[in-house]
Formats: sequence, structure tokens, C-alpha cells
Amino acid sequence: MAELLQFVFSGLTVGAVYALVALGFTLIYNASDVVNFAQGEFVMLGGLTTVFLGLAGVPLPLAALIAIVATIAVGLALHRFAIEPARSAGPVVLIMITIGASIFLRGAAQVVFDKRFHSLPQWFGADPIRVGGAAILPQSLVVLFGALAIVVLLWAFIDRTLFGKAMIATAANRLAARLVGINTRAIVGFSFAISAAIGAVAGILITPITLTSSEVGTLLALKGFAAAMLGGIGNAAGAVVGGILLGLLEAFAAGYLSSQYKDAVAFLVILAVLSAMPHGLFGRARVDRV
Amino acid sequence: MTMHQLFKSRLTMIVAVVVLAALLPMFFPSAYYYRVAALVFVFALAGIGLNLLMGYTGQVSLGHAGFIGIGAYAVAVGPTHFGLPPWLSFLVGAALSAAVAYLVGRPILRLRGHYLAVATLGFGTLLSIVFTNEAHLTGGPDGMAVQRLLLFGWAARGSETWYWISAISFVIGAVLAVNLMDSPTGRALRAIHDSEVAARVLGIDVAKKKLTVFVISAVYASVAGSYLALFNGHITPEVSGFLRSIELVAMVVLGGMGSIAGSLVGAAVIVMLPQVLSFLHDYEHMVLGLIIMAVMIFLRQGIVPSLTAMLARRHP
Repeated sequence: MAELLQFVFSGLTVGAVYALVALGFTLIYNASDVVNFAQGEFVMLGGLTTVFLGLAGVPLPLAALIAIVATIAVGLALHRFAIEPARSAGPVVLIMITIGASIFLRGAAQVVFDKRFHSLPQWFGADPIRVGGAAILPQSLVVLFGALAIVVLLWAFIDRTLFGKAMIATAANRLAARLVGINTRAIVGFSFAISAAIGAVAGILITPITLTSSEVGTLLALKGFAAAMLGGIGNAAGAVVGGILLGLLEAFAAGYLSSQYKDAVAFLVILAVLSAMPHGLFGRARVDRV
Repeated sequence: MTMHQLFKSRLTMIVAVVVLAALLPMFFPSAYYYRVAALVFVFALAGIGLNLLMGYTGQVSLGHAGFIGIGAYAVAVGPTHFGLPPWLSFLVGAALSAAVAYLVGRPILRLRGHYLAVATLGFGTLLSIVFTNEAHLTGGPDGMAVQRLLLFGWAARGSETWYWISAISFVIGAVLAVNLMDSPTGRALRAIHDSEVAARVLGIDVAKKKLTVFVISAVYASVAGSYLALFNGHITPEVSGFLRSIELVAMVVLGGMGSIAGSLVGAAVIVMLPQVLSFLHDYEHMVLGLIIMAVMIFLRQGIVPSLTAMLARRHP
């Protein structure tokens, strides 16, 4: 029982990060139909920038703030210089562009930072809290509550503000949104900025536990995507549930089956979900217009 | 025949490739050039297969390096662990790739657009994880040595030998692909590319045709993978990795979707770029990423189709 609880704790922690990556995916996808494979690089940039600013003597809270702003700038640049010029292209071309961007950002991080693993100090010390025979790091609670706070804030923003309503309208029907005077270009740019910020925050929160390096982005992007897929792409609540679910599945697979094949879980999930339920757990079937 | 027809004729293209392959070595100052050229032909062979799938049928695969991996590990694992001769392992690899493509293709080829992209990507990554983890067979992340290809007591070794093997194989692969495209199946595939619904209305068994071309393209990739392993004499899981799959797609798009000659041009650019850019060292990934983005944004039509269109305008 203690073992199970332990796996649940680690699964929830990692799952919260997947959920945030999946949420970033969903925001951009809803606004623009772009599947952004550079989403994982936002997480990497958030963590690494904080680490290196910290090493340069900047106080960590300030370093984290600068890292978030820098990542937002990268997200906006990605939209402006890579996505906008190819707006008329098909989904596969857009995927390839974001993959190119992801390779570029990883390469840039290797040059600007380095290829080694780095960590950040845990916020409330490294002494684990004992719960029912299992241990949970205070930082895990930070990650969980941080993710929860982001989800609630985002929900409130989208549900309660005019700009948020414009985002919903854009996701529902871009042409109709433009006809009622919504600047859909600004909405798409804004989605990239928010997604970048969410990614950066996820990176800053998780780095004290899982460490970070210039290489972590790709796998995170793939897993975040698997999570989004699991929940049914385009469904924000589904993305969060999918993320948590994927984290738990991985933790159980690592604990009970094989830790080597932990990373394979996400891809098995992708294949299984897409084969059995091509629109995810909560997605609805879409009918093509001929 | 007008200039335009001459340029568009597929036979002209095949003859041009044969002449090019035969004359090119006259300009090679060293074995290194044979090596790079052999790599170009090997990747171009995989490119043809992917082009049949992407360019002609309009179905993307972001996991095709997985099949390269199956072909490569077949010729590595077969002789080392099961005592199979390399040529038999080569055939087993191709058959295995076809079988895997058949099994995986059935469910995932129903998907479209980014769903298909992600499913194939997941599949390719999964294979690469298996190659990395089954270390007792594959040597894990460090890879394993590959025995030389022996045919009737003659060992295929050296860059020059492999240049000719890969060039001839590329020509054969190109001829087969051209024939496939001119067959009823080829016309069905192009109909699927233009509109799946319309193709179905015309009575084409869309699912079956898509599966057929997926299996064929997997075999192309597998053969290329086997060549790569036999030629290099060493293999690591990287050969089946995500980055390789992306490079393959970039080759096809860069050269030109639906252009067999384009597969060769795309492979030449993507294989030679790292050689040319090797002075960039640390900046290599940045440049590769930039190139992929630039190709997708500005060269979506592909090099060969753009050139053909340009020539057609000049010589109507």
C-alpha cells in the first residue's frame, strides 16, 4: 500500500508537468490548429535560463521572472517568424516547422548554456514529508499546487474576461470570430505567449526534482502531446486529466513493470488511444465537409 | 518531343541518373567522396519509399526511420546472434519491416493530418526505445558491430564498392517506383492524394491502397537501413531515432513531393549539409533547425518541381 502511494505521488508530480505541457499544446492548437512541438523547449528554456541567471548571481525569484519573460519572447518570435509566414500551409508542414524550431532552440541552448544537467534548490528544503508510509517532497507539493493555480487562473481568465471569450470564439470558428471584429492574429500570438509562459513556469517548478538540460524538451513535448491526445486534442480539461493520467501510468509502469520502458508508455498510449478512439477520451468525432 | 515533355518524362530522369552515377566517380578525388555519394544514394532510396507515401499518396510518416532501424538491426543481429548469413538477414529485415508496417498501418492509416503524424512519430520512437533497451541483442545505446556482406565468397567492403551497390539499387528502386505509379494502383494512390472521399466514391479501396503503399515504403526504408549498416560496419539506435525520421521528411519535401528525382536531390542536400557545415561544430543543430524551418516556409514546393515549372515556362 505504501508502495502504491509512493507511485501515486511521483506519478502526480510528473503528471502535473505533462498536464501543463498538454495545456500549452491545447491553447495554441485551439487558436491556430498548429501542433507545436517546440512546447517542450519552453519548459527547457524556463528551467535552464533560471539556472544560469542564478549562477550569474541574480536572485532566484528575479531569475525565474526574467526566464518567464524571455521564454514568452521566444514564443512570440516563434509565432511571428516561423508560423505566420507559413499560415496557409497544411498541418504537416506546420508540424515540421515547429519541429525545426525545437531542434533550433535545443541547439541554441547548447551554445548559450551547455549540455550538462543542472538543478535548482528546492523551495522548502529537501526533507520529504511522510504520508502513510510513503514520502513526498515539499517541492512535489509546489509543483502540484503551482499547476493547479495555473489551471484555475487560466480558466478564470478565459471564462471571465472579454479577451478570454474572444479566444473561445476563435477556437470555435476563426472566420466567424473575425467577422464579429475579433483580431484573430492577436489571439494566436497571445496563445503562443501564454503557452510559452506556462511551459517556462512548469520548467522552473520541476527542475529542483527532475533536473534539466538542453535535451529535455523533445521528450517532454512528445509526452505532453500524448497527454493532450489522451484527453482529446483541443479539450483543455481533457489535457489536464490526460497529463495526470499519463504521469500515473508511467509511474506504475516504472514501478511494477520495467523502469527501462517507462518512456515507452507515452507512445503506447498514443498508439492505443488513436487506434481505439481516434478522437481521444473526451474528444468528439468530427465530420468532414466535402 | 518538346523540351517540356523531355524534362517531364520519367524515362529521361532515369537515364539522367544512370549517366550521372556512371560519370560522377571521374570527379572523385578520394574515397571520402565515394562514401558521401554512397550515403546520398542510400538515403535517396529511403526517400523514394517515403515519397511514394507522402508525395504521391499524401500520407505523412514521422517515424520512417523506425523501418531503417529494423533493416539495419536485422543485418546486425541476424549474423551475430542467430548465425544467419547477411544476405538472408537482409531479406528477413525487409520481410519483418513489411509485416510490422502491415500490422501497425492497419489501425493508424485510418488517421489523418496531425493525428497520423503523431501516431507514426510515436511508433518510430517506440522502435528506437526498443533498440536502445534490448541491449543483450542490440548492444544498447553504444550499438553493435555489423558483419560484412558476403556473396558467393566475395565480401562487399570499401566505399567504392558500396557506391556502385547503392547507385544501382537506387536506379532499380526508382524504376520500380515509376512503374508502380503508372500502374492502376499508382493512379488509385494519386486519387487518394487529391481526395479520399472522391477516391472512395470511385470504388477505390482506400484503406487497402494506403496500407499497400505504407508497406512498400517500409520495405524501401528497411533496404536502405540494411545497406547503411553493412556499409558502416557499425550501428547505433540513433539510426532509427526521431531526428532521422525528421531528416527523411525534410529530404522528401526539400527535393519535391511526388518527384523521384527530388528524392535524390533532397538526400544530396541533407546528407552533404552536415559535411559542408562541419566547421560549424556546436552550431550544427541550430543550423539544421533553421534549414528545416526555412525549407518548410519558403521551399514547400520542393527544388525539382520548382525547377521543372521554371523550365516549362521558359520552353512552352
